[in-house]
Amino acid sequence: MKIVVAIKQVPDRDAPVRIAPGGKWIDETDLQWAMNEPDAYALEEALQLKEKNGGEVVALSAGPERTGQTIREALAKGADRAIQVVCDDLGTRDALGVAKLLAAAIKPENPDLVLTGLQSEDIGLGQTGVIAAELLGLPHATLILHVEKTDAGVTVKRELEEGWFQSIEMPLPAVLTMQSGGTKLRYATLMGIKRAKTKELKSVTAAELGADAAPVVVLEQIALPKKQKSTQILPGSPKEAAAALIEKLKTEARVL
Amino acid sequence: MSGILVILEERGGRIRSSSWEALAAALKLGPAQDITAVVIGAQTAALAAEAAAKGVGKVVRVEHPLLAPYTADGYCAALEQLLQNQGPTQVVFPHTYQVRDYAPALAARMGQSLIGDVVAIEDGAVFTRQLMQGRLNANYRHSGNGPCFVSTQAGAFRADAVDALAGASPATITTFTPNLDASQIRTEPGEPFREAAQTVDLGSAQRIVSVGRGIKEEQNLGLVKDLAAALGAELAASRPICDNGWLPMERQVGSSGQTVAPKLYLAVGISGAIQHLVGMKGSQCIVAINKDPDAPIFEVADYGIVGDLFEVVPALTETVKAAK
Ligand SMILES: Cc1cc2nc3c(=O)[nH]c(=O)nc-3n(C[C@H](O)[C@H](O)[C@H](O)COP(=O)(O)OP(=O)(O)OC[C@H]3O[C@@H](n4cnc5c(N)ncnc54)[C@H](O)[C@@H]3O)c2cc1C
Ligand SMILES: Nc1ncnc2c1ncn2[C@@H]1O[C@H](COP(=O)(O)O)[C@@H](O)[C@H]1O
Repeated sequence: MKIVVAIKQVPDRDAPVRIAPGGKWIDETDLQWAMNEPDAYALEEALQLKEKNGGEVVALSAGPERTGQTIREALAKGADRAIQVVCDDLGTRDALGVAKLLAAAIKPENPDLVLTGLQSEDIGLGQTGVIAAELLGLPHATLILHVEKTDAGVTVKRELEEGWFQSIEMPLPAVLTMQSGGTKLRYATLMGIKRAKTKELKSVTAAELGADAAPVVVLEQIALPKKQKSTQILPGSPKEAAAALIEKLKTEARVL
Repeated sequence: MSGILVILEERGGRIRSSSWEALAAALKLGPAQDITAVVIGAQTAALAAEAAAKGVGKVVRVEHPLLAPYTADGYCAALEQLLQNQGPTQVVFPHTYQVRDYAPALAARMGQSLIGDVVAIEDGAVFTRQLMQGRLNANYRHSGNGPCFVSTQAGAFRADAVDALAGASPATITTFTPNLDASQIRTEPGEPFREAAQTVDLGSAQRIVSVGRGIKEEQNLGLVKDLAAALGAELAASRPICDNGWLPMERQVGSSGQTVAPKLYLAVGISGAIQHLVGMKGSQCIVAINKDPDAPIFEVADYGIVGDLFEVVPALTETVKAAK
């Protein structure tokens, strides 16, 4: 099975969020970057499928130069090779624009399976995989926790709301968007990190792929959310705050 | 091109309340008489009647035997035909798991891009959605030709706004029969199921101490377990804690876990992503402990302590024990 995994580099969760001058994107200076969490699960599922069924895992990421660091992490964990689509305008592309980039890079690979995360932690469109499937003319399923290869294609376990699940049978090739938590993530080994340096990393630009960027949906302005609720913040040392809270819960909220 | 379509979703034969929220959002885009409510499935008569009573302009039943069970292929094909036929300026959906599954593909098929998970609509069709897991808001505008696709975040618009419309004479109902062929539907969905029987019932708990990724390591869980024990509370968690296998999934609160409404919900090291909030914001009293004063959890909390949970939680446990 040849599997392409779409992996996005996103700001590290604990990174401070500041709005860039101009108000259209965040200030990226001094930010730490990480692999989008659901994409790490997509990569893990791909590696396990390969270990069971043979084949190849290709990591695909679109973004500026810095994305290379996350791609090497994917290679170190076990992806066989990688494609980097170099572009600097991810923040202003709409969902269709991002998916066009990925679909254009995926198409010539003719994979059996494309795995994406279900949602990115920064822009959080929750759409890119589904649109890529549409652009590639492939069937898709979303919120997938587990993939099993069958004679006819794959059986996937899909998460529904409120603790329900569903199995879906589908033919290959197909696109799946992966939910977190379906399996345990592996760490890159020292050996893996060494090997990653020798693996193929192909770089293409958005222009070379011919994926146009004119957005239908335009981001106009970013702002901090307005506070709507006034939370009573209890000040003081941890001890003082704790004592004040318990007192409030007893006498004011009456829940203790 | 004219008019607004709202695509309603059902569950168990009734329109889901998130669909009424989408309809409430549509009222910010135009008057009720310009709104067409769409019900879709293999048997839609009762759903259509429910929608018609809300006093919208029109109701359309998109009905075909191949539309049950739900598949993305079936819904995309059917709704594409409806949209070609109706030529709306805007199409509004509730942002449910089902909508996430097909609406982006439907929009793309029509050369459009869905503005997903919208939390506010301002004059002039400016749509606000969240970035960075609720830490930022971004305003978007649709600029292309063709319909503007929008989905609304759970709880962001008030479902009861549409009740005011009711009382007017019921809307006319028409049926639209799409051309569908079984070969167009490439996936074969199975029946919904649950994992093994639940052993904890968080839904009836009076007090809940809930722990998030701020706890950092599995071995630190003892801290919150002690607090829960002192308070006589059940222990719950955000998704990453259950994803890591530190607590069983039945203790997960949120859109894909349990919905709880205890007297006291104490969130420790939880940021307050929307998928978590929908599972607990009905709690009577919410307390948040977080080192980040801007964490979105404070947007729903009644009381907060901004600080390091590794100092605050033991202090709380001690205070509770001392008072006994
Ligand atoms: C379709 C879908 C379904 C989902 N379903 C669910 C669901 O059912 N339930 C759910 O919870 N999530 C769900 N999620 C995930 C959700 O989007 C968030 O990723 C998740 O809730 C974040 O969990 P968290 O708050 O524990 O972690 P984080 O977002 O990482 O937050 C950790 C918090 O801890 C704080 N912190 C760190 N260190 C300390 C310290 N020493 N002292 C005090 N505070 C500290 C940080 O400031 C931060 O606010 C879902 C996501 C998707 C896309
Ligand atoms: N720039 C990108 N490079 C690679 N994959 C991406 C990129 N943007 C989005 N994706 C994939 O699409 C998924 C959903 O992203 P989004 O639609 O932005 O929420 C992510 O989890 C990734 O798998």
